[in-house]
Amino acid sequence: MADITLNDIIKPENLVYEKTRLMTDKELSYCPGCGHGTAHRITMEVIEELGMEEITIGVAPVGCSVLAYEFMNIDMTQAAHGRAPAVATGIKRVWPEKIVFTYQGDGDLAAIGTAETIHACNRGEKIVIIFINNGIYGMTGGQMAPTTLPGMKSSTSPFGRDVETMGNPLKITELVAQLPGTYFVTRQAVHTPAAVRKAKKAIRKAFENQRDKKPGVSFVEIVSNCNSGWKMTPNDSNTWMVENMFPYYPMGDIKVDGVMVK
Amino acid sequence: MGELKLMKGNEAMAEAAIRAGADAYFGYPITPQSEVIEYLMSEKPYERTGMVVLQAESEVAAINMVYGAAGAGKKVMTSSSSPGVSLKQEGLSYIAGAELPCVYANVVRGGPGLGTIQPSQADYFQSVKGGGHGDYKQIVLAPASVQEMADFVKIGFELAFKYRIAVLILSDGVIGQMMEKVELFDQIPRLTDAEIKEKYPWATTGKAKGTERRIITSLDLDSLKMEKHNHHLQAKYKTISENEVRFELFDCEDAEYVYVAYGSSARIAQKSVQLARKKGIKVGLLRLISLFPFPTKQIQVLCDQGVKGFLAVEMSAGQMVEDVQLAVNGRAKVAHYGRFGGIVHSPEEVENALEKIMIGG
Repeated sequence: MADITLNDIIKPENLVYEKTRLMTDKELSYCPGCGHGTAHRITMEVIEELGMEEITIGVAPVGCSVLAYEFMNIDMTQAAHGRAPAVATGIKRVWPEKIVFTYQGDGDLAAIGTAETIHACNRGEKIVIIFINNGIYGMTGGQMAPTTLPGMKSSTSPFGRDVETMGNPLKITELVAQLPGTYFVTRQAVHTPAAVRKAKKAIRKAFENQRDKKPGVSFVEIVSNCNSGWKMTPNDSNTWMVENMFPYYPMGDIKVDGVMVK
Repeated sequence: MGELKLMKGNEAMAEAAIRAGADAYFGYPITPQSEVIEYLMSEKPYERTGMVVLQAESEVAAINMVYGAAGAGKKVMTSSSSPGVSLKQEGLSYIAGAELPCVYANVVRGGPGLGTIQPSQADYFQSVKGGGHGDYKQIVLAPASVQEMADFVKIGFELAFKYRIAVLILSDGVIGQMMEKVELFDQIPRLTDAEIKEKYPWATTGKAKGTERRIITSLDLDSLKMEKHNHHLQAKYKTISENEVRFELFDCEDAEYVYVAYGSSARIAQKSVQLARKKGIKVGLLRLISLFPFPTKQIQVLCDQGVKGFLAVEMSAGQMVEDVQLAVNGRAKVAHYGRFGGIVHSPEEVENALEKIMIGG
């Protein structure tokens, strides 16, 4: 056995996992420990596994994932801040046979883009929306987001979010689930292998819904960490997320096949 | 001869969108241009040509729908009026940065703010000087008749795709609302999906295996690359300035004075040319059709010809007059006349201004 070298092991028949070809080789711009990379990967894996790469057009937001098009190896459009659902609507309406999705953060989707989010969902656009909720503005350096928890510190709520003056965190996923135009609404996470598997299954369902021309938006929220914005180690941020974010943003399906499940 | 109809300017523009083979119109109602989307909705272009018509939740959403669909290679259009066009400026800046082709119309009303629903030409600066953030231009065509409301949609799409640029049809409440005879051009077929993929390889239509992905973006964090991109945009605007100037001259051969005007003001000025000529005043009219590019060279030709003065006639406090001054560059007198805030000047007022401000002043 001592004669076996690394080159003996690196053989196609021994391969148990490989990076999807729908992720480019470009180094991710995300902080080590951030959930964005995993969310990108499973989204691209789903598109590859469903054989949709040639017909899929993605829409990148403004925020940490503004450069998503650098990493996602498919046709992509970069939208103005918050406008991704309108941009996706434009694409889907003129190319109804294509698969169109947006990938947006909480500031993009639930603050500046609230109108575009609500109305694309209400019109029942046949698109997928992937919503990364980490309760903070990461790209601009840790400011308060619409989803920042009460009491949570950020650079624009340095003494903690005071709901009296700064308002309450917005549960936009529960809100869009109430609209007749949403077909599938779920909340997931990517902090453990089990969570990643469940999240990927949800994303797969969302894309299958669009492929199968199901009526309405498939909306997948992923509650994620922002270890640098929260000023924690990656492990601590995941623990904090489970203890603080999950009670406010409970995991699981909210609406399946157009029917509310909880 | 094409089909003759009596139509409102806004309706003619809507009909022209269908006939030009547009793939989609995204809009939001606002006076005085709501007839555009009303006409399209009642005309059911999705049955005639397969064209999509969608009422968006806002002007912001509408221009971003245009951005998405134009980036995917389709022929798309929107329209609005002044306050709504202000809302579209963010999207238009992105369209300029990402170099997307589209046509949009501004049926201008008096401002600032909510202003009035009456006609105005006070959005000239916004239209030709940028409007949104960043160094960019758009082609601006100014119709002076219902006929041109229709024709400029067709020409607009041709220019938009030739240069990958937004083309603005800068109309006003007079041209949008009035009814005139219009000869409609014949239906141009919409491009097929295969034709779009063939003609517009930059468009996001889905990445075929083994090909490079297409990215529609206005962003580059590398400043050197961004400077290069800006130089590319400026070179394109220069090419447009050299090749796409459009104007008309009336009675300029022997003119000592020239009205410079566009849109409804040009029609009024043309009438006042007749009034002044009856009094023996040698005045002509330079009607601007393209506002960007601006007919700088033609104004210099008129200076060479010995024109003593240019009166910029516009329904604003004086915006286009600045470009006339730049073109004249001190070689002749330049003045401005116009009623504004929703008031339309009469031919008599314009002729009177010529005598008082230009000749007597």
